Amino acid sequence: MRFNLVRVAAIIAIPAILFAARTRIHAQFGWGAPPPESASSIPTAQLLQPEELSRLLQAKGASKPLVLQVGSRMLFAQAHIAGAEYAGAGSQPEGLKQLQDRVAPLPRKTFIVLYCGCCPWSRCPNVAPAFKLLHNLGFANVKVLYLANNLGTDWVDKGYPVEQGR
Amino acid sequence: MNKDAKALSAHRQVLAALLLATCFAAGAQTISLVGKKAPEFTRRDFSGTRINLAGLRGKVVLLDFWATWCASCQVEMPTFVQWQRDYGPRGLQVIGISMDDDPALARRMKAKLRLNYPVAMGDEKLGELYGGVLGLPLTYLIDRNGIIRAKFQGETDLKTMEQQLKALLAEP
Repeated sequence: MRFNLVRVAAIIAIPAILFAARTRIHAQFGWGAPPPESASSIPTAQLLQPEELSRLLQAKGASKPLVLQVGSRMLFAQAHIAGAEYAGAGSQPEGLKQLQDRVAPLPRKTFIVLYCGCCPWSRCPNVAPAFKLLHNLGFANVKVLYLANNLGTDWVDKGYPVEQGR
Repeated sequence: MNKDAKALSAHRQVLAALLLATCFAAGAQTISLVGKKAPEFTRRDFSGTRINLAGLRGKVVLLDFWATWCASCQVEMPTFVQWQRDYGPRGLQVIGISMDDDPALARRMKAKLRLNYPVAMGDEKLGELYGGVLGLPLTYLIDRNGIIRAKFQGETDLKTMEQQLKALLAEP
């Protein structure tokens, strides 16, 4: 009976200790953490092509979207879509907090376009978590700019409007 | 308004439009540097050692712009470690430039991947110097004379890169 109790306690305690140790190691080194959701998980209907966004940016009034870059600030500083704001890296918890703070005062029907362009589309770790956050916050009019390769190739080199600076 | 005034006004409008277009287009364009002299830079790597590109004349330099959020970069980097080990004695020097916003993340990744080559932090100025680092991974191969001979952007066939690297190492 006593042996059984020890065995049950061990069965409960050992996985708990291992889980706690794993979490601590992940927190310290970022090892083995689950990869962020891929951009490929974003529904096709929510994607916006560069030429479409370029047209929208020339529009006046309500149809002009709020464009938010949710990737690297260093890349943003080198070049970003004209009029875009930096809103934090979607793959980082602090980045998502920054995005949440930015959109908090906005009406839920606000037309928002998210983009990153850090990496080839299927490898981008930033846009999917950012899109998911806005969806969960109730924003229903959110599109994600589809940049197949990166911002340089798919936006800057095509001559679409850009700005520099942080 | 007389004819001269109208012409002057039209001229000013055209000039303003040109200036506006220049503001949008200049600076941020990605520029091809292949065949040109590699822009010089000096940085301190994570161990505090000075990296001076000009001081690496005579070596073939693989200059890798990467970041911790770039999954494709992390696929390539263990191969660069291997190449540094295998081709280092033949004159290869790999240099990593992290484009992370947070140096602590880059330091951790360097330790995790056991990078055996110097890694320094980049910034937008260095990015612009290299034609605009507007997407990762981005790797340049620089020959022994300091000339950029190849640029690889995005997911790259590492066998192709290795062939070009070996060809550069074979050059005097």
